[in-house]
Amino acid sequence: MNMLSNNETGFADLLKNGQTLKQFRDGIIERTQKTGHYNGLEKLELRDADPIGYEKLFSKLRGGLVHARETAKKIAASPIVEQEGELCFTLYNAVGDCVLTSTGIIIHVGTMGAAIKYMIENNWEANPGINPGDMFTNNDCSIGNVHPCDIATIVPIFWEGRLIGWVGGVTHVIDTGAVTPGSMSTGQVQRFGDGYMITCRKTGVNDTPLRDWLHESQRSVRTPKYWILDEKTRIAGCHMIRELVEEVIRADGIEAYEKFAYEVIEEGRRGLMSRIKAMTLPGKYRKVSFVDVPYKHEDVQVSSAFAKLDSIMHSPCEMTIKPDGKWRLDFEGASRWGWHTFNAHQVAFTSGIWVMMCQTLVPTQRINDGAYFATEFHLPKGTWCNPDDRRTGHAYAWHFLVSGWAALWRGLSQSYFSRGYLEEVNAGNANTSNWLQGGGINQDGEIHAVNSFEASSCGTGACAVKDGLNHAAAIWNPEGDMGDIEIWEMAEPLLYMGRNVKANSGGYGKYRGGCGFETLRMVWNAQDWTMFFMGNGFMNSDWGMMGGYPAATGYRFEAHKTGLERRIANGESLPLGGDIDPSAPTYEHNIDATARIKRDKQCMTTEDCYDNHDLYLNYLRGGPGFGDPIDREPKAIEKDLNEKFLLPEYAQKVYGAVFTQDAKGAYVVDVAKTQARRAEMRKERLARAVPVREWMKEERERIINKHASQAVQHMFATSFALSEKFTKHFKDFWSLPADWQLLETELGVPSYGSKHRMDLSLMPDVTTVVQVEE
Amino acid sequence: MSTYTNEQVAHLAEGTLDWETTFRMLSMPKDNSRFKQYVEALQKKVSFKDKIVLPLAPHMYIVQTAKKQWVIKCDCGHEFCDYTDNWKMHAHIYVRDTEEAMTEVYPKLMAPDTQWQVYREYYCPTCGTLHDVEAPTPWYPVIHDFEPDIEAFYKEWVGLPVPERAS
Repeated sequence: MNMLSNNETGFADLLKNGQTLKQFRDGIIERTQKTGHYNGLEKLELRDADPIGYEKLFSKLRGGLVHARETAKKIAASPIVEQEGELCFTLYNAVGDCVLTSTGIIIHVGTMGAAIKYMIENNWEANPGINPGDMFTNNDCSIGNVHPCDIATIVPIFWEGRLIGWVGGVTHVIDTGAVTPGSMSTGQVQRFGDGYMITCRKTGVNDTPLRDWLHESQRSVRTPKYWILDEKTRIAGCHMIRELVEEVIRADGIEAYEKFAYEVIEEGRRGLMSRIKAMTLPGKYRKVSFVDVPYKHEDVQVSSAFAKLDSIMHSPCEMTIKPDGKWRLDFEGASRWGWHTFNAHQVAFTSGIWVMMCQTLVPTQRINDGAYFATEFHLPKGTWCNPDDRRTGHAYAWHFLVSGWAALWRGLSQSYFSRGYLEEVNAGNANTSNWLQGGGINQDGEIHAVNSFEASSCGTGACAVKDGLNHAAAIWNPEGDMGDIEIWEMAEPLLYMGRNVKANSGGYGKYRGGCGFETLRMVWNAQDWTMFFMGNGFMNSDWGMMGGYPAATGYRFEAHKTGLERRIANGESLPLGGDIDPSAPTYEHNIDATARIKRDKQCMTTEDCYDNHDLYLNYLRGGPGFGDPIDREPKAIEKDLNEKFLLPEYAQKVYGAVFTQDAKGAYVVDVAKTQARRAEMRKERLARAVPVREWMKEERERIINKHASQAVQHMFATSFALSEKFTKHFKDFWSLPADWQLLETELGVPSYGSKHRMDLSLMPDVTTVVQVEE
Repeated sequence: MSTYTNEQVAHLAEGTLDWETTFRMLSMPKDNSRFKQYVEALQKKVSFKDKIVLPLAPHMYIVQTAKKQWVIKCDCGHEFCDYTDNWKMHAHIYVRDTEEAMTEVYPKLMAPDTQWQVYREYYCPTCGTLHDVEAPTPWYPVIHDFEPDIEAFYKEWVGLPVPERAS
């Protein structure tokens, strides 16, 4: 009788247990669903039998992951990786569930796992095959990557010929070869312009990258030197970790390692529930956030007419904390994905959210996929956080994620506040922008692209017992760093004319949000140079908390034909330092009167040309405030005035501060007069306010008459089209007539994609991995 | 697990706790007795006699009235509504929906465009305390932020007797 060999059937028996990877994974999912415990592990045998040995295993592996990251990043030349630390290494078990992760951009705790699961579900073991020494590369946003500039190298780990796990390394590269330069560019409106896209491709065998891959990949991006060194960084880190795992197995045995690789995930699941019970409070929390997508403006130049409209991202979140310590994050009512680069794959939530949570709810080393298994995600299909069309662009998914997650801080912080853990309260995160990006021929005469990561040091939200930190952090990298001026000037043909704390950028409150900062850059020694802006301008994406105000919004300043070359040569005055008060700007007095200036709220633009000596203001946002501003200590206001964190006009108007300046110009706040002024302010507040139900009558009329901007109506129309529940809530709240409706078709703007869409799962021979309730 | 004195917790609630202790609170596992100590500290601060059931904001609480009803109350004594209701619906509101109103509080260009986003300031109708600032689009329903499961919290999470509630 003729028998087909394993090779012929496509069954590689990688696990040496007679199961395919898919069959093995299906078993784990089934046992998890049946018992509520990861892989059915109701008991943690290894941990319970040898708790010290278990902890030693944990420490060895976790320490090794962090060590590999710290060592490997020195290989990189890109300041994004080497200075900002935009890299991460993660260890997975055989089915791609995360065991442990390093420090850094731990949003990738599950993104590389999603890629591994995609390979499993689509039978990569049969073709192209999975062998010791292989390397796979992925940055495909339709199967779980956050944005294409996060390039992942994934290496299988074998022990005595058996697949026992995987290690993945990811770096944020400086350019992806998208339509426009920079790692998170805005010029494209679909995946097809998002840059070089790699779907779990085998790019190396026998621990060596394949030559076709090396040639193709380097010429597919604008910055090949950075690209190849980033790849070497990832490979080195992955191989260090693979060797570490082998070393651990030699020391502790394969049985202990494999038990650990599954038990630690169940332990992570229990750990999150335990943290939730230790820190929060059961109940329902409803929060919402928004961010602007102003694409109608002439400075947003895209190839597709259907993308030219103003819209708004709507991110309502109902967070339910259950008495048993599980929680559910429900985004019912979210608006539709759009023709821009801000869409997010569901895994950006299921994986990415932990980069935020490790800064608040789970500030531990024990971040792995256990947290995912303790969380229910409801991300409706078709929304911006779970697109149902394979054409969507994702280059700056963070524009929406950063904004959407701002609401989660407020929900969690409400629970911390009510429980008395005031030290944990955080009013939210800054909109981590502006992103200074662009490219052309740099100061070394080479084709180049830039993405300034100064945004990794925005202001943080205020706490319930202290101000937010100034220019300190970004939600997406707990170890963010603004970087040294000298390094940025080497990486970018842009000289610094100033780097200052941005006054009034932190949201007001009893405790104010941390201030952002601003850097004024002058183009120098470049050729054919372009830049663009990317951030929020018309809207805030954060809110204040419990009486605190949101942070300030963004704005842009750019100047061309400045005359600075001549002014420098002649020793004339120059624009230096900060744009201290945009109500009374001074830069304009120190450049030629004939200069062409753009000073407005259009903070989303596409590539525009800059000559040498042109100016670009990079304003990094502040964080939101906490508590009623008229509760702020007069001394704190005085300090802010003297450190130029707050303009005097707003110390009076917002805080009710009454102050004088001494002979040296130092501000002194008068406590008694301030107290008296604040009593008057309370009366003024009540004089201008009306009962909510009275105001609602007027607002209802505006809704009935459809009196609102196109952007606002477009947001509501897309949310209504996707969610009957949200529509019902809206109509019930405003007591609208049963026949009231708002359709995209009545708005007079392009509605391309509103009716006809095709999901990746409809492509032949593709099995997508769904990890959320849709 | 660290524990803290009533005095330390009272300082925390007052915003006057030293940094060393605050840092310890941040870095060490949480003290389960905090809630009880916190409520006791707040109870001493407020001018009313109603028992605080759950703090909601720096000047707002769910309290148990003399008739054992749970209501949402400002620390000036103003009662907003039943604890299950949205207190904002019973507040006074000022909406910053013009450029002039926005530039009262932020420098030019640093506030939202009111065609896109407005600020809704919710005040206590009696004392004028600013309890919340919403920053939604026009038309957005007033958000009912928080519906705590107080019974589960008291009974199952912190092991305290649930304050009596008249039905």
